[in-house]
Amino acid sequence: MSITELQYQASQAESAPVAAIEGRSQWQLTWRRLRSDKVAVASIVVIILVILFAVGAPLVAKLTGHPVDTAYTLTGENSFGNPVGPGTHGFWLGTDEIGRDLLVRIAYGARISLFVGLLTTLFATVFGVTLGLIAGYFGGIIDAILARFFDAALAFPYIVLALALASVFGPSLPIVIGVITFFSWAGISRIVRGQTLSLKEKEYIEAAKSLGAGPWRIMFLDILPNLLGPVLVLATLYIPAAVTFEATLSFLGIGIPEPAPSWGNILSEAQPFYAVAWWYVVFPALALLITTLAFNLLGDGIRDAIDPRTERLFASSKAMRKRGKRANPAQGDLGQPILVGPDIAVNQSFLSGGEV
Amino acid sequence: MSTVRFLIRRILTGIVVLWLVSSATFFLFFAAIPVQDVARNLAGRAASPAVLQETINYYGLEKPILVQYGHFLGNLVHGNFGNSFYYQEPVTTIIKQDLPATISLVIGGTLLWLIAGLAVGILSATRARSLFDRLATVGVLAGISAPTFVVGELLILIVYTQLHQHGIGFIETGYAGITSGVGPWLGTMILPWVTLAIVQAAVYTRLSRGSLLDTLGEDSIRTARSKGLSERRVLYRHAVRSAMTPVVSQLGIDVGGLLGGVVVVESVFGLHGIGQQVVTAITNGDQPTVIAFVILAAMFVVVANIVVDLAYSALDPRVRIS
Amino acid sequence: MTDSLTSSTGSVPAGFDSGDDTLIRVENLVKHFPVKGSGMLARTVAQVQAVDGVSLTIKRGETLGLVGETGCGKSTLARCIAGLIPATSGSVFFEGQNITNLPRQQMRPYRREIQMIFQDPYGALNPRRRVGSIIGDPFAIHNTATGGERKRAVQELMERVGLNPEHFNRFPAEFSGGQRQRIGVARALALRPKLIICDEPVSALDVSIQAQVLNLLADLQQDFGLSYLFIAHDLEVVRHVSHSVTVMYLGRVAESGPGDQVYDHTRHPYSAALLSAAPAADPDAAAERQRIILTGDVPSPINPPMGCRFHPRCPKAEDLCGTTEPVLETKSGDPSTHLTACHFPVQTGEQMARVSRREQR
Repeated sequence: MSITELQYQASQAESAPVAAIEGRSQWQLTWRRLRSDKVAVASIVVIILVILFAVGAPLVAKLTGHPVDTAYTLTGENSFGNPVGPGTHGFWLGTDEIGRDLLVRIAYGARISLFVGLLTTLFATVFGVTLGLIAGYFGGIIDAILARFFDAALAFPYIVLALALASVFGPSLPIVIGVITFFSWAGISRIVRGQTLSLKEKEYIEAAKSLGAGPWRIMFLDILPNLLGPVLVLATLYIPAAVTFEATLSFLGIGIPEPAPSWGNILSEAQPFYAVAWWYVVFPALALLITTLAFNLLGDGIRDAIDPRTERLFASSKAMRKRGKRANPAQGDLGQPILVGPDIAVNQSFLSGGEV
Repeated sequence: MSTVRFLIRRILTGIVVLWLVSSATFFLFFAAIPVQDVARNLAGRAASPAVLQETINYYGLEKPILVQYGHFLGNLVHGNFGNSFYYQEPVTTIIKQDLPATISLVIGGTLLWLIAGLAVGILSATRARSLFDRLATVGVLAGISAPTFVVGELLILIVYTQLHQHGIGFIETGYAGITSGVGPWLGTMILPWVTLAIVQAAVYTRLSRGSLLDTLGEDSIRTARSKGLSERRVLYRHAVRSAMTPVVSQLGIDVGGLLGGVVVVESVFGLHGIGQQVVTAITNGDQPTVIAFVILAAMFVVVANIVVDLAYSALDPRVRIS
Repeated sequence: MTDSLTSSTGSVPAGFDSGDDTLIRVENLVKHFPVKGSGMLARTVAQVQAVDGVSLTIKRGETLGLVGETGCGKSTLARCIAGLIPATSGSVFFEGQNITNLPRQQMRPYRREIQMIFQDPYGALNPRRRVGSIIGDPFAIHNTATGGERKRAVQELMERVGLNPEHFNRFPAEFSGGQRQRIGVARALALRPKLIICDEPVSALDVSIQAQVLNLLADLQQDFGLSYLFIAHDLEVVRHVSHSVTVMYLGRVAESGPGDQVYDHTRHPYSAALLSAAPAADPDAAAERQRIILTGDVPSPINPPMGCRFHPRCPKAEDLCGTTEPVLETKSGDPSTHLTACHFPVQTGEQMARVSRREQR
């Protein structure tokens, strides 16, 4: 028996207390906590339903027998030429101003909303994380230049840019995606940059350098895994923001052009019919509200599951009492700041708050 | 660094920002697309060839791009935004007409959302975990999730339509200038203000509640309490003041977005301000108005940010202006 | 537990006979950190003289102990040698090749030869990566083993350093401090380096665990013919592992030489003070020994004292010390390898403790 073997046994004894924790990753813990959070689970269910609704839009059209762009001038409009209400002539949620089936249009609108929401969030996350890592890791002049870009993108009113672009090129889906992405990446970048600044001083980064790891390897393999928590939370919160963005642009007539239905342009067309067709406003508005609320609640739930000490927006009184008075929620697992509350607030207000 | 030097530096950076924005605007509207398209954009889709030629001559669209750029900047410096073909009037005239509604909306809306947001936030913080706090929390989340135009539309549907169906006519859409009396003016402004407040106050409620809870736990507050100061005095003289800094910096972030809010709210309520004007201008293809709006928007953001920074440093002496 | 790791050590001693047995030579190394003023055009207002003209050599298969108080520049020196931070001036030779301030790509082959073990076993391991991936990092970076081969190599390494190879799928948080340091050792060992720089590898550990890790390092040195640059602030720890010792004070070498020389014939008052501060294993010896209490703090390396840098705190200091800087040279009766930078070196057997604990009060 060699010395090393003895040491091995010694270290076995040393490890006895921790042996009970069987190789469980941060993510498994997070997932377990998320699963026990009723609000988060409900949000996931709602989101899945909305996704099914969007994917199954053609099925909805088939079930009702009303194609998305067909105007039923005889059955879908009353004698004044106004929309008919829910339940009339097989229009479950009523019709719009030219007699199209509102339910089918909302279903197709869900496709646009989710498509834009998910795609722009993906783009914004990829750009935001990459540029944030670059700015934070390399520092110096690169950081200074990128920081100006972040500031500009955060300070500039996005609707103004969307207005200008729509004015020159006419409204279109690519412009919507471009504008939303452009105004979303900076928020992610700023947080990633800040975290990178502190993470790059860690000893394990120096260890990676001493092994000969290049900057890209360090950024994406050593720093990024430590940032996935905040990035995931932000991304979940950016989806409803992007959905709102798209709806707002379409509402103003500078987003998704007609006749493609979007929740925003349906609500825009509904404007003259407040007094005679409440359903024309209420149903698309509900679809939009339920979707954004579900994503916001899920984002909150994920944040809470990643770091149970953070302040929740929506928690049962029991859970609130159990958690007691919370200290500064900025500290994460190993003393690294996971997510600072106000940052999220900033981003939310920037995206889904009243500026929209 | 003295406040004056800070101010001068901020104004200089502001001018640089304005120059960058106007340059970007110029290249987007004049240089990114062919001359004929520029002319058609400026003169309107229905313009005859003669009008198009006139437009090309007026703007000097066939001159070298740098010469045009010089003209463009020169005109801006003199406050000349060109003519709106649609109204056959100088753009500045149109903007002057529309400004009162927008200013009413911005000032009233900001005040209302700040008061509402802070009041709810402070009440929530001092009664943490109470029923009020929890209701406020739910309201905050709803406010954050709700798009402005949806809130506006629902307000019209619920308040305006209902009142009108019951023959009560105080709340109106459109805009009544303050010259037509305070009553009608308020009638047109209340719903837009409330809309802005609902969506914006949410963030401020959350922010002020969080920072006030943090501040109330600090040593300085305990010291103030142990000095025997009344709870009210502790709260308002000490805690609220230092809890205000994140609120003010949030305000700095929000002023940029406020313009977006203005555009949406004006469109929903048919408030004849510059926001609605620019949306109409896009529908009409009235480009000079859009250009003017973009540059005014940049100006507004720059000025508002300077004001917020000054307020920030006045509120928290620990923050050194730099 | 003979495995492919131990059996492959046969190749290492071969290098021993290749004439020159100097593995690494550091010549007159200087590292100054600029201190920036505030403001936009941050001008350099001062220099932190972290390392100020240090020379040393490490022989193949031997350990050089580098000792000094916190802030004396020993960690900075180590990072310059490892190529982690650029040196201001001076040179580092590895097997006769000048590797000072090489660009990253050219430094790559030498990274395999020079590895580091860090002080903080918590900070040196990425908390979000599994241990297998951390130890496998060197293989991945240098493309030496992939897939199953890499996993096998990682598990052999884990076994070699006394970790359960089944735990490769765990996260650093699930290990104790001593085990984490073993992970750090396994990672440093992976590429079979010739030199491992140990930056206070045990100072963050429990005393009982310290010995285990030190023994492991000693075993590995025997098996693989490793050289160590062993950094510590405690002369006693260094005594057990080092063939030769260098004592640093405020960026300069105070004394250096073979271990028994420096310990038994201590010349520099600073070394003597450090030695007297160490807790002795034998309580009788401890009672006999007089402690030399150093007064004052380590002066700022931004503005080091004139003359001998140690003179403001030195119990033997005289006027000369404040004006003239002592040269690092062989003192009377010492072998030529034992160098001391002092005008009034301690004589063997001299009771130096003018400032004893009692007098201090």
